[in-house]
Amino acid sequence: MSDALCAETTRITGHDDHEIEAYLARPSDNGQRGGVVVIHHMPGFDRATKEIVRRFAELGYDAICPNLYWREAPNAAPDDAAATARAQGGVPDERLIGDVGGAAGALRALPTSNDKVGVIGYCSGGRQSVLAACHINLDAAVDCYGAFVTGTPPDGFPLRVTNLVDQLPNLRAPLLGLFGNEDQYPSPAQVDELDEILNREDKPHEFHRYDGAGHAFFAVDRPSYNVAAANDGWERIETFYQTHLGG
Amino acid sequence: MCTYATIKTELEGSAKGPESKWFHVTDGTVYFDHPVHAMAEHTLNIDFADPSRGPGARVAVELTAASARDLVAAIEAALASAPAEMTV
Repeated sequence: MSDALCAETTRITGHDDHEIEAYLARPSDNGQRGGVVVIHHMPGFDRATKEIVRRFAELGYDAICPNLYWREAPNAAPDDAAATARAQGGVPDERLIGDVGGAAGALRALPTSNDKVGVIGYCSGGRQSVLAACHINLDAAVDCYGAFVTGTPPDGFPLRVTNLVDQLPNLRAPLLGLFGNEDQYPSPAQVDELDEILNREDKPHEFHRYDGAGHAFFAVDRPSYNVAAANDGWERIETFYQTHLGG
Repeated sequence: MCTYATIKTELEGSAKGPESKWFHVTDGTVYFDHPVHAMAEHTLNIDFADPSRGPGARVAVELTAASARDLVAAIEAALASAPAEMTV
C-alpha cells in the first residue's frame, strides 16, 4: 500500500450555504476509509493545525479542517484572521455547527468515503467538537481539553460562550476526552462533572487524564507541549477512530 | 485555557505596521489568552488595528502578565509626567 498523500486548500459549502475555505488531506490510494473533521483552535487555521490534518491522512483517513474565520477574514494570515474574528465576537455556535456539518458532508461525498466521519477539536475546538456531535450526524467525537463544555464562564465574558450542559443529552456520537490534570479550563472538577453527566445520560465515552500536563499539551509549537501526554493521546485517538470509523 | 475574554476600546492614533508603514489606529483589542509567538502559556495581548483596512492592518503585542502591568505603570507614569492640560 502506498504512503503517498495529497494535501491542498479547497472550498466547501458551510453554514447558510456560504462557501468557505478548508484544508483537505487524503491518502492517495483509492481504498474506502473514514473521514475526520479537524476543528482548529482559537489561534486559527494555522500551520500546526494543517499538520494535524495531514497526520490524519497519514493515519489513513480523509481529513479536512474548515477555516472558521473565512467569513471575517478571507485570505488573511491566520493570526490576523483570529484577531479579527475575536474582535467581532468569535464564532457563533450555530455557524460552527453548520460549518462542521458542511465539512462532514464534503468528506462523505468523496468517492473513498465509507460514510463514517469523526470530529476532533483542540482548546476552544474541543468544546466545538462536543457541540457539533450534539447536533449533526457524526460517528465519533474527540474533545481535547475544551473549556466550558461544563462549568460556568466567569461574568463579563464579551464572547458569549455558554456551557453545553443542556445539550449533552443530545450527544449523538461516542466521545473520547483527553485532558491535562494541571489545566484549569477545563479543571479536573469540570471534567468530573462531564463524566458524571455522560454516565447519567448513558452516553458512551472514554476519558484519559494526564498528570503533569496542562492545557494544550498536543501543541508542538507551544511551551505547553507535553511529550508523554501527547504521545499517549495520539495512540488513544488512533484506537478510538479505528474502532468507530474503520470498516 | 482559552479565556475567551476580549476587551475592546476605541483608539485615536497611529501605529507602524505591515511593510513598515504607518496607519491610522481606530480600535484596540485586549485579551489574556494563548500567544501566537511569545514563549508563555498565556500572555496579555493587544491588537492595535484599523478594521476598515482589513485584517492585516494590525500591530500585535504579546506580553507576560508582569510585563503588561509594568507597561500600564509606565504609561501612567509617562502621562503623569506631562502637564495636565496637555494630556486631556
